[in-house]
Amino acid sequence: MQANVTGFNPTFAYNTLPPDWPGNFWLHWLIFTIILIAFIIATVIMFIWFERRLIGRFQIRLGPNRVGPFGLFQAIADVVKILTKEDIVPQKADKVVFWLAPLVALVPVLMVFAVVPLQSGAILVDLDIGILYVLALSSIVSIGIFMAGWGSNNKYSIIGAMRDVAQLISYEIPLVLSIVGVVLLTGSLSLSEIVRAQNIPFILLQPIGFFVFFIGSLAEINRCPFDLVEAESEIIAGYNIEFSGSKFAAFFLAEYSEAVLLSALTATLFLGGWSGPLLPPFLWLLIKMFAVFALIVWIRSTLPRFRIDQMMAFAWKFLLPLALINLLLTSLQIVFWPEASSWIIVLLSFAIGITLILVWSKSFKPGGNKVGI
Amino acid sequence: MGFRRYGNGIAKGMALTFKHLFRKPITTQYPEERLNVSRRTRGTQIIWNKDTCIACSACARACPIGCIDMSTSRGEDKKLKVDNITIDFGLCIFCGLCVEACPVGNAIFLSYNWEYAEYQRGKLVLSNDELLYSKTKQVSGYYHPEVEKALPEQTLLVNRTNRGKPWD
Repeated sequence: MQANVTGFNPTFAYNTLPPDWPGNFWLHWLIFTIILIAFIIATVIMFIWFERRLIGRFQIRLGPNRVGPFGLFQAIADVVKILTKEDIVPQKADKVVFWLAPLVALVPVLMVFAVVPLQSGAILVDLDIGILYVLALSSIVSIGIFMAGWGSNNKYSIIGAMRDVAQLISYEIPLVLSIVGVVLLTGSLSLSEIVRAQNIPFILLQPIGFFVFFIGSLAEINRCPFDLVEAESEIIAGYNIEFSGSKFAAFFLAEYSEAVLLSALTATLFLGGWSGPLLPPFLWLLIKMFAVFALIVWIRSTLPRFRIDQMMAFAWKFLLPLALINLLLTSLQIVFWPEASSWIIVLLSFAIGITLILVWSKSFKPGGNKVGI
Repeated sequence: MGFRRYGNGIAKGMALTFKHLFRKPITTQYPEERLNVSRRTRGTQIIWNKDTCIACSACARACPIGCIDMSTSRGEDKKLKVDNITIDFGLCIFCGLCVEACPVGNAIFLSYNWEYAEYQRGKLVLSNDELLYSKTKQVSGYYHPEVEKALPEQTLLVNRTNRGKPWD
């Protein structure tokens, strides 16, 4: 693959302001923060509606369709309902931690969007270490969840929180390793550069990377089948069992913002981000985000929940070796065969990827050889 | 062994749910669409037939919770007649024992109507002429199979063909 190496760019973030923006950096910051938060909340509302409608169709139901046209305002009605509920704090709760937890969970997710390019130049700060920033901040959410579990002083909460931490630690490693493949191909950690480098979407060049990244981030945002953090049938609602009212709303928003973030990141890293023919770039990003989210909903409507030992085994025995091999192959190709035609690489990587996944599925025994997948 | 253990169970499941995506939803949009209940349903009202009632109070005695309040008296011709019959539908459990207890067999019925809600509890107490048969309050076939011929056939989900149109 023709690695689009741009070299090290030492300029600071506020020097990389797009030239056609009026005002100084702080004006840009103010306007774009407002735009971003509005974008996140609007997308979250759309995603909630989209998920409920789609999962309804998967279960041959209609989904919410009473509030507004096609039930579009259902999420808004839910928000109003949640916010008007009584905010209960348990007597034995660790009050400070309990109060801080929703914020610690929500704020990092919102902050990550600062480096996600909505289209060329439409970005709050085009950090040179964008990916690093994303990975660093998105892990903080787990601390918020653990604080919630600890602060609630409830056995189910703490079980859920500990599961979340175990899950995050396990899945962060293959997740990061799979992103490194993309970074190697691009030669830059900046998300805008990664999008610009995608002459063909990286999902074709990095099928294993996409596979590992997608599953790892599913685990990171606690979606099905990795939702054993908030498994209703086992630990009732996990970490948010004691939360109600606006605190619960914050957790809910954080969870869905993470889903939006995952969709945006997958679209940016592997599906070519904003680039696409005919339609405006921003719309392309949205379409790709919704496509990724539809895949998530499809998975949610199909797969049952992992058992905890299966979940750990899946990360360490299945995803981690795959991610390492992917990293090795990508680096070998970049070092020894940088001038290879992209389509040969596409064919090769798909062949290698499918073989590897088949071989690993064969030898992989989740949960002490009791259950096969 | 074949292709077990290659993750094809997941693929099968995903294909199955994908197929379901293109099926018609089986949801009944209740206030707009209504399914017909069973013709022998024990509906949520009791219908009293003034003409055939012999004022024996068997229904009131049969009622396990005593929601039927019936007072009778001897008329000029020494026959019993009903002075007042009051049924509290807030208490009634629609068990149908009054229907089965009726000696003449056609003086008290359960209704075919199943949508019965009021804003005030007092409105659930009906008496005398309010208990009579009316267009909106039809007799159910419960314990009276001869009545059920007149009622529409029950809508089963397998029979639903005219989706999108209100059921009446």
